[in-house]
Amino acid sequence: MSTIAERRPTEFSLLHRLRGWLRNPWGRPRFLVAFTWLYVIWSLVPVLIAVQFSFNATRSRTEWQGFSTRWYWGDPVDSVWHDPTLRHAALQSLKLAAADVVVAVPLGVLLAIGLARWFGWGSKPSNFLMLFPLVTPEIVMGVSLLLVFTHIFTFVPFGTPAQILGHVTFSISYVVVIVRSRLFSIGRQYEEAAADLGASPTTALTRVLLPLLTPAIVASAAVVFAISLDDFVISQWLSSGGGTDTVPIVIYGATRAAPLPSTNAIATIMMVLTLLSLFLAYLGWRVFSREERRAEAGATQTIAAFEI
Amino acid sequence: MYRRWLWPGFAFPGVLWLILLFAVPFYAVVAVAFGSVDPVLLQPVPLWNPLEWNVGWVSEVLHRLAPGGNLSGVAVRTIEYVAIALALSVLIGYPVAYYIARHAGRMKNLLLVLIILPLWISYLMRMLAWVNLLAPEGYVNRFLTYTHVLSQPRDWLGGQPSTVILALVYGYIPYFILPLFAALDRIDRSHLEAARDLGASPWSTFRTVTLPLSKAGILGGAVLITLPMFGDYYTPNIVSQAPTTSMIGNQIDFYFHYGGQPTIGAAITVVLALFLTALMAYYMWTIHRAAREVPQV
Repeated sequence: MSTIAERRPTEFSLLHRLRGWLRNPWGRPRFLVAFTWLYVIWSLVPVLIAVQFSFNATRSRTEWQGFSTRWYWGDPVDSVWHDPTLRHAALQSLKLAAADVVVAVPLGVLLAIGLARWFGWGSKPSNFLMLFPLVTPEIVMGVSLLLVFTHIFTFVPFGTPAQILGHVTFSISYVVVIVRSRLFSIGRQYEEAAADLGASPTTALTRVLLPLLTPAIVASAAVVFAISLDDFVISQWLSSGGGTDTVPIVIYGATRAAPLPSTNAIATIMMVLTLLSLFLAYLGWRVFSREERRAEAGATQTIAAFEI
Repeated sequence: MYRRWLWPGFAFPGVLWLILLFAVPFYAVVAVAFGSVDPVLLQPVPLWNPLEWNVGWVSEVLHRLAPGGNLSGVAVRTIEYVAIALALSVLIGYPVAYYIARHAGRMKNLLLVLIILPLWISYLMRMLAWVNLLAPEGYVNRFLTYTHVLSQPRDWLGGQPSTVILALVYGYIPYFILPLFAALDRIDRSHLEAARDLGASPWSTFRTVTLPLSKAGILGGAVLITLPMFGDYYTPNIVSQAPTTSMIGNQIDFYFHYGGQPTIGAAITVVLALFLTALMAYYMWTIHRAAREVPQV
């Protein structure tokens, strides 16, 4: 009895809602709810279908014929594991991304600290210069780097060395932007407190500022890793062909020829790697800023206690 | 002395890197574009001294891009595609950003993650996904023939402008939604309440309060997606291999990689960069003016 009595109003309100929705689909959020979810479906489902076909049992990327891992390692010729082109591409992508993180993150962190604290002559133009790579279309950067390595820095060979230099160039600014926002939210008071207690600027930096910046540094490392894996244009313009083609270049080549599901498989692997690295960075961020959040919570509780 | 050089010293390696690998390379493009070509080897000879510059190539490119020139079609098409893709991005992106910022409630964080997710999926992967879907016997054609919208499969990947524009929208729209969401989310609710209290209808509240306050977000997102779209060459190449949908980026790609005329490619790059700088300057000017007009609360 009671269940029916409880159920009725919900059913009624559902019906009521449906009727309202039919009568006036433009009423405030209803249209927007549907539109937003349709957008989300549109933006993600094609990718999920591409992932699905990486597990297809046949060579088709358009007709589903059963689950198999043949395009990952089963197929002795065309699987990601056995096809030398795909394997090299994956290694090359990871190599570039790792080198990019190792070089761009320290450079970017130093630049962010420097730009946030330096107000003398030359700081404005440096700031301006730092922002430029963020708004420059990749093809312009690709052309510039291609020409600089053919006409000025001719000692840099095309392929891996040139690609690493190119990746670092477009990554530095991202590190600066992420680290600098953290610097602004920290403010200068901790460093000043350290200085008042007799720390030299260097000590204040290594003992106070850098630990506070750790979450931002972890986040920027993950972002650099992800954008480096994702990069197509710079890698392509600076590639010397063959073994220095990265995964995006291989996907690009494959879409223009006749792609096999193994192309979907390697794209899926890269996507999982990117999302995993970002997820780990998110966890890292939470771990490194846990003390701080606890301290903040503690502080509010203390204040609350005093107010009572 | 030590303190004076400490912070510039921190910035120095990064600034030096950007000068050597961002500013100098761009100067190399300019030097090649205003340079000459070796008559025997047909290789570009960059001229580093601005006093010796040869304006021949850049003016030739400008002539070709002007109405009547052989690149004018490409220039017009590029602007058309970018303009339509931008308009569609605004039409699709604004309601989505608006809903998430204003009405999503408990779903807000989940929706934000779902909106950001495509940014972390490789662009090429997302294009590959559409190549699979739009293939002659792919899901899109099967669905449309099954529902009798099309009587026979359509060759979506054979040089359809609509495919290229949709691919551009699909590729870049997340970059438009995010800054717009940030701008809409920052709007103080008390402004809206004030408008409603003063008797404004929901629509006129939107038109006179929300829309003007989100203008900076629209413009910011628009700049963020138009600049890379103007330099795009891989999207048209992936979803259509026909020259009828080639954009200005494809011309640069062509002259460097296939046509063997880097000087013309460099000259087009310089013209494109100047054009985009003008767009950027217009944007900065608008933002500056808007900041002066809207009184800070």
